[in-house]
Amino acid sequence: MIERRAAAWIGAALLLAVWTIAAPAFAGTTLRIGYLGLTDDPRYDDKWAYAGLLLSPGGRPDAGAELGIDEINLNGQPFGLEFALEKAEAADAAAMVAAANSLKELKGVQVFLIDAPDAVTADVAKMLRDKPYVLLNVSAESDELRAGACQGNLLHTIPSRAMRMDALAEFLLAKKWRQVLVLQGPLREDAALTEAFQHSAAKFGAKIVEMRKFVLGNDPRARDSDNLALLTGGADYDVVFVADTDGEFGRYVPYATQLPRPVVGTAGLAPVAWSWAFERDGAPQLLRRFQRKTGRQMQSADWAAWIAVRALGEAAMRTASADFGKIAAYLKSPQLSLDGYKGASLSFRPWDNQLRQPLMLADSNWVVATAPLPQFQHATNNLDTLGFDKPESKCHF
Amino acid sequence: MILQARFATVSLVVLIAALGFAASNAAAKGTGRIFVSNEKGDVLTVLDGATYEKVASIKTGKRPRGMKFNADQSKIYVACGDSDRIDVIDVAKLADVDHISDVPDPEAFDIDTAGKHLLVSNEDAGGLSVIDIAAKKQVATVKIGLEPEGVQLMPDQATVYVAAEASNLVSAVDVASRKVTATILTDQRPRRFALTPDAKQLWVSAEIAGMVDIIDVASNKIVDRIKFEPKGFRQDEIAPVGLVISADGKTAFVTLGHANHVAVIDVASRKTRNFILVGKRPWGITLSRDGKRLFVANGGSDDITIVDAGSEKVIKSVAVGRYPYGVLIDD
Repeated sequence: MIERRAAAWIGAALLLAVWTIAAPAFAGTTLRIGYLGLTDDPRYDDKWAYAGLLLSPGGRPDAGAELGIDEINLNGQPFGLEFALEKAEAADAAAMVAAANSLKELKGVQVFLIDAPDAVTADVAKMLRDKPYVLLNVSAESDELRAGACQGNLLHTIPSRAMRMDALAEFLLAKKWRQVLVLQGPLREDAALTEAFQHSAAKFGAKIVEMRKFVLGNDPRARDSDNLALLTGGADYDVVFVADTDGEFGRYVPYATQLPRPVVGTAGLAPVAWSWAFERDGAPQLLRRFQRKTGRQMQSADWAAWIAVRALGEAAMRTASADFGKIAAYLKSPQLSLDGYKGASLSFRPWDNQLRQPLMLADSNWVVATAPLPQFQHATNNLDTLGFDKPESKCHF
Repeated sequence: MILQARFATVSLVVLIAALGFAASNAAAKGTGRIFVSNEKGDVLTVLDGATYEKVASIKTGKRPRGMKFNADQSKIYVACGDSDRIDVIDVAKLADVDHISDVPDPEAFDIDTAGKHLLVSNEDAGGLSVIDIAAKKQVATVKIGLEPEGVQLMPDQATVYVAAEASNLVSAVDVASRKVTATILTDQRPRRFALTPDAKQLWVSAEIAGMVDIIDVASNKIVDRIKFEPKGFRQDEIAPVGLVISADGKTAFVTLGHANHVAVIDVASRKTRNFILVGKRPWGITLSRDGKRLFVANGGSDDITIVDAGSEKVIKSVAVGRYPYGVLIDD
């Protein structure tokens, strides 16, 4: 009898704990968040047009992480919790692993933002697979990292290529631009992007009418692959998809196609995690804060680093704890609800640790649409129409 | 005989209530006009209170949002965020006649009953400013969380609550000392407030969480959370923003943003009993003084929806400016 009553009491207490928000109380605790960047990462160089004309200033996404720290400190400070960013730069994967281990030893850091290209991120993650760390990938878009190479302690706030290409495919289908001419560049990333696009086109029902490889140059002997009139002639299509991660060739494609057709992909209309031109869902406030802090516009990786820090802040506040285990568990729990200034509640997909999120279809100064497009519905969460859904996931932790 | 006496008592009560109502209404000019602030286009749209025809468009500073009357309803204060100022509208002239400058990115505000101070949330600056109305000057700022929006001055004039939407915090600020006296962690993206008439419960909308949190004012603790389940919508489409509680304290109305509905809640049981279909992305919501009509600003369809609050049926939708934000009624 007494036991039953006690059980009821415990049940009621549990219910209460779930249903009300516990007021956190920390006694002067500091939660340190690591940031691992690659020395001279070329992805963040200034983009120059020609002869000293700046196309867009570069900048590392650690700026986004720092802004995030400012913001979560406003959350934590009234309750006695301080957040700090511990940054480290390394020349390669091995040095990055050493930097992480040394931050753990010297400062007790166990949560790290990792900002490195696909291959380095993959190597670092593999070497830290069995460590009691949480790694938040803020810039590597590799689909493999969310599939065969996924791991339990690696989470991704930057969208995968698959997510970005799905967003684009949804847009094309919504516009009924089904026939696509693909122009693919020479880089490995261009091939990866093209492959992701092929997958998305098949998934949503767009048809690739032809795939052509371009080279950058003016050589008349290579005009089949460097001349845009020829590259875009002799085929019928609704839209041109350009895979050019370098960006210079892509810049020349809009308005230069043989048929009067829109350009999408890495030029023209691009699917991105974040655009400076987004004016809904509170985004202008975040954009202005970032601009004030850095003097430049916020890019996708900046957003990914920012939301990674906000996620850690949220986990600490909601668990009323700076304990690594509790924070790591909360991050991956369905209770996590993040406001990414994209209008939806964001959380990590349990099957591959990818942050589910809306994406923007943006040109140079406007967000034309946000994905998921309303025409595409999902059985449980429409955000999961973008990227690898549970049934097709190849990730096994 | 007994029956008669009881009847007489009831009549007397009704009479007193009617007199009281007339007295409280005496201060109001009562043109009945409806003022709508439009975030884009920088105008207030003025509608006739009976015909809902457009009477005037008043040009204001950039991005007019929050609006409040002064005590005798001869003036309207309008927060013009992108101009960093509070504009003053002359209700009789229907003109923007003055402004208070150097108020950083004002969004919403409250006004004290003495009519001396405006308490303004500065969305971009992360603070609450105290503005001396007569001196037309900011006399103090209180640093609070990120992107403050909703401001609720308590009837005792001693405490003001501010919701910081990007920090998931509601702060209680002591008006006299201008110090934060309590900080309450809320659900995702707290936006706006409604206070029960007994001033015991402060309701705050949590937009991204899709809920309304209820704060017990005495303990400054969240004691309940209301979820919404309109038919045909998913949880992630429910985005509560604007809310109002009827003067009798019985009914609350909450705009649901992307879900294009207004939820009708029985305050005592905290149960949602109806959803009213309105325009696209409804945010601002205002109840007429007599509690009979509800006005909803639909930011996504450039119109307001007028609802009969008794039958909970839509009377009419009226086109206003671009991105209507809030509604104020001169009744």
